[in-house]
Amino acid sequence: MTDMTVTAEAMTEAAVTEAAVTESAVPETFTPPTRFAVPGRIAVSNRVAALWQTATITEIRRETPHAATFRLAVPDWAGHLPGQHLMLRLIARDGYVAQRHYSIASAPDDSGHIELTLDHVEGGEVSGWFHSVAEPGDTVEVRGPVSGFFAWPGDRPALLIGAGSGVVPLMSMVRHHRARGLDVPLRLLVSARSPEELIYAREYGAETTPVFTRSAPEGVAVGRMAATYVAPLLAEQPPGGWEAYVCGSNGFAEHASRLLVAAGQPVDRIRIERFG
Amino acid sequence: MNVTRGFTGRPRVQNAALPPGQYDAGDDWPVLSAEVTPELTPAEWTFRVDGLVEEPRTWSWEQAHELPTSAYEGDIHCVTSWSKFGVRFGGVSLDRFLDVVRPHVSATHAVAYSHTGYTTNLPLADLTGGRAWIAWEFDGEPLAAEHGGPARLLVPHLYFWKSAKWIAGLRILDHDEPGFWEQNGYHARGNPWEEQRYSGD
Repeated sequence: MTDMTVTAEAMTEAAVTEAAVTESAVPETFTPPTRFAVPGRIAVSNRVAALWQTATITEIRRETPHAATFRLAVPDWAGHLPGQHLMLRLIARDGYVAQRHYSIASAPDDSGHIELTLDHVEGGEVSGWFHSVAEPGDTVEVRGPVSGFFAWPGDRPALLIGAGSGVVPLMSMVRHHRARGLDVPLRLLVSARSPEELIYAREYGAETTPVFTRSAPEGVAVGRMAATYVAPLLAEQPPGGWEAYVCGSNGFAEHASRLLVAAGQPVDRIRIERFG
Repeated sequence: MNVTRGFTGRPRVQNAALPPGQYDAGDDWPVLSAEVTPELTPAEWTFRVDGLVEEPRTWSWEQAHELPTSAYEGDIHCVTSWSKFGVRFGGVSLDRFLDVVRPHVSATHAVAYSHTGYTTNLPLADLTGGRAWIAWEFDGEPLAAEHGGPARLLVPHLYFWKSAKWIAGLRILDHDEPGFWEQNGYHARGNPWEEQRYSGD
């Protein structure tokens, strides 16, 4: 198996982070002669990503009628950065395995626990098990964290745009920002159908602007994510500009990324994670 | 492997065409690109093959369409666990492009790169012998931008992140160099039948 390699930029950033980082050689990698390239943010440990671990559900919290948070004890968790995801698998008695990628909702800490917030997907065999069967004490298997692309080490100003459960990896960033008392600017635009469907509604502060698409509290406009929300944030950019993170359905991601580009955000500083 | 209490899963499908750990996505075709979908017209699209070759060459849209066409009908498999059966892509076999540039005998690998700067690495053996295409049609229609149109690489026997969208070129090498996802923890080759999802699998 080849060793993981990283770009020089990623190594510099990895060096200032504490979690999920390996020491890797930095050979030259091919840079394409095309318009732009989005560099990875951190190096990922291939050893950690390869190992399945047992995770025990310790707490289940309802967030909205369709989403709940599952707190997992993972004693040997190697740590993660906000925005990273893990792979999770459920195993039936006949050996049938179902595995999915899920974003990590909790900020990195040393509690030996991580949290996932899952939508109850219609007909979903994995989310269905979590929402209908799972109880504290049940165990599942996880491996990770994986992917450094959507990670935010807390270094650069971050503009976060999410919809529905797409807010989950972004919330890890907001929580990290708070837990560490970071000074670096961070803003969150989060779209939900209604106040009842807004995940983490009680946790948001001045950094967050919710956008409601079907119904809103009195005095708040109903409508889609629009330039009126995005453009002002790009008109008043922090020094060095924003690193933009977009998460949601493909339709939302296409829409939000076009708004960012139209408002002047460089395409090589837009990171997108789409459901699928 | 620990059995999950109370988990039964979907009805078991006896489908020899489904690689381990995958499920049939049916009519869905999820889009998972990590970057902004580029607005790239056929007139702007080019495809270049260079590196360890006798004759580096860049094709325009029209020039690429002068090559003999070829179709792929079969299945595709995404590392996020969905597979899609019975898809039909149209384009040109990569062999036709490589016939023109003639890779050196020392050539072993390639880095495929997109007009967005996305990269992915592949052994040359996975790109030759009628197993890889430059594809611009899906189900007889022009390939949609979000699925890599105007043209994408198609290497359907590997996980689909290897099939670079908005394909711009191949750099032919005498060694393996990790691409975008491969630098982010994913497997160097990505064979779904051996479940090579992450580095170390």
